[in-house]
Amino acid sequence: MKTAISLPTKGAMGKTGTWRVFRPTIDLEKCIKCWRCWIFCPDAAIARNEYPVIDYDYCKGCGICANECPVNAIEMGREEK
Amino acid sequence: MNIKDLSDEILFTPGHTACAGCGAPPIVRNIMKIFGKDTIIYTPANCLLVFGGTYPYLAWKVPYFHEAFENTGACISGVARALRKQGKKTLVVGIAGDGGTYDIGIQALSGAAERNEDVIYICYDNEAYMNTGIQRSGSTPYGAATTTTPAGTKIPGKLDHKKDMAEIMRAHEVPYVATMSIAHQRDFLEKAKKARDVEGFRYLHIISPCPTGWRFDPSLTIEMSRKAVDSGMWTLFEAEYGEITNIYKPKKKIPVKEYLMGQGRFRHFTPEMVEELQRWVDHKWKRIYGEEP
Repeated sequence: MKTAISLPTKGAMGKTGTWRVFRPTIDLEKCIKCWRCWIFCPDAAIARNEYPVIDYDYCKGCGICANECPVNAIEMGREEK
Repeated sequence: MNIKDLSDEILFTPGHTACAGCGAPPIVRNIMKIFGKDTIIYTPANCLLVFGGTYPYLAWKVPYFHEAFENTGACISGVARALRKQGKKTLVVGIAGDGGTYDIGIQALSGAAERNEDVIYICYDNEAYMNTGIQRSGSTPYGAATTTTPAGTKIPGKLDHKKDMAEIMRAHEVPYVATMSIAHQRDFLEKAKKARDVEGFRYLHIISPCPTGWRFDPSLTIEMSRKAVDSGMWTLFEAEYGEITNIYKPKKKIPVKEYLMGQGRFRHFTPEMVEELQRWVDHKWKRIYGEEP
């Protein structure tokens, strides 16, 4: 019998990174590690490592990180496919 | 509360289907970092339910359930009482949108507040019924164009002003009421932490800009919540047992026009309409801060 139990995992609804039109890239030399991108990313696609790391499987390319970065270390470029 | 001290654990996982630039996921993800794993989430019908909790595609890593639109207050009351009877201290959190709070869910919410149930009620306010296709709600501000109040030759968008829901909840004299904005992260996290630690009914009201419904570029979501606070369209305060204990006052008040300009829903505004909205904001400013803007 099937029960109505779902086991949530990362990306249960698929890899939403395929929606992306603009691709963020981080200039690590400029980054001051304020973690604003990490806290504001709607898709939790930025992980905290030594520096912020973008998970392109889930990044939808909204551009919030680039807009909120206080030192303009994140640049949005058109996705090439 | 410092950003660096926040945990790395994600209880609202990526891979959900919210629109790019949605304001709700950063709100719930960061709030869950404070509330922790020992939490039960309830959501009525809203965007958050559709993009984060349609079986079997759940983004929540904590127990989660949903029922009808209007009974958020009643459902979380029952769950909390059953848990307290078993001696468990699990947090019970209801997350509703503005439609489920301002219009449809207000009677159950008011009842739960009056009985002082030991729950947290969160309203994430995107100022219309976005989930069903941008219909007007009690929260939609004056003049905003929605699909049920389109700006045309007969009417210039919504004719009425926004209802002040946080003040209605403050009038219930519950242990904790707070209005929040994710753009003010430190304030946001402090208030979430306080809500977690207080006992009794707690109401959190959070602005959540919607790029699809408000018609602005997805990258401006956080900027919109910041501008809403700076212009006075949104006020940040805390109240305990009906008494305001903390008010955030913007350093420099910007004219409401600056907030309106970036949004497509206000594109049809005439100078008279801007003036009418500014009058409303100034009145609210005076009521809350007790001084002329």
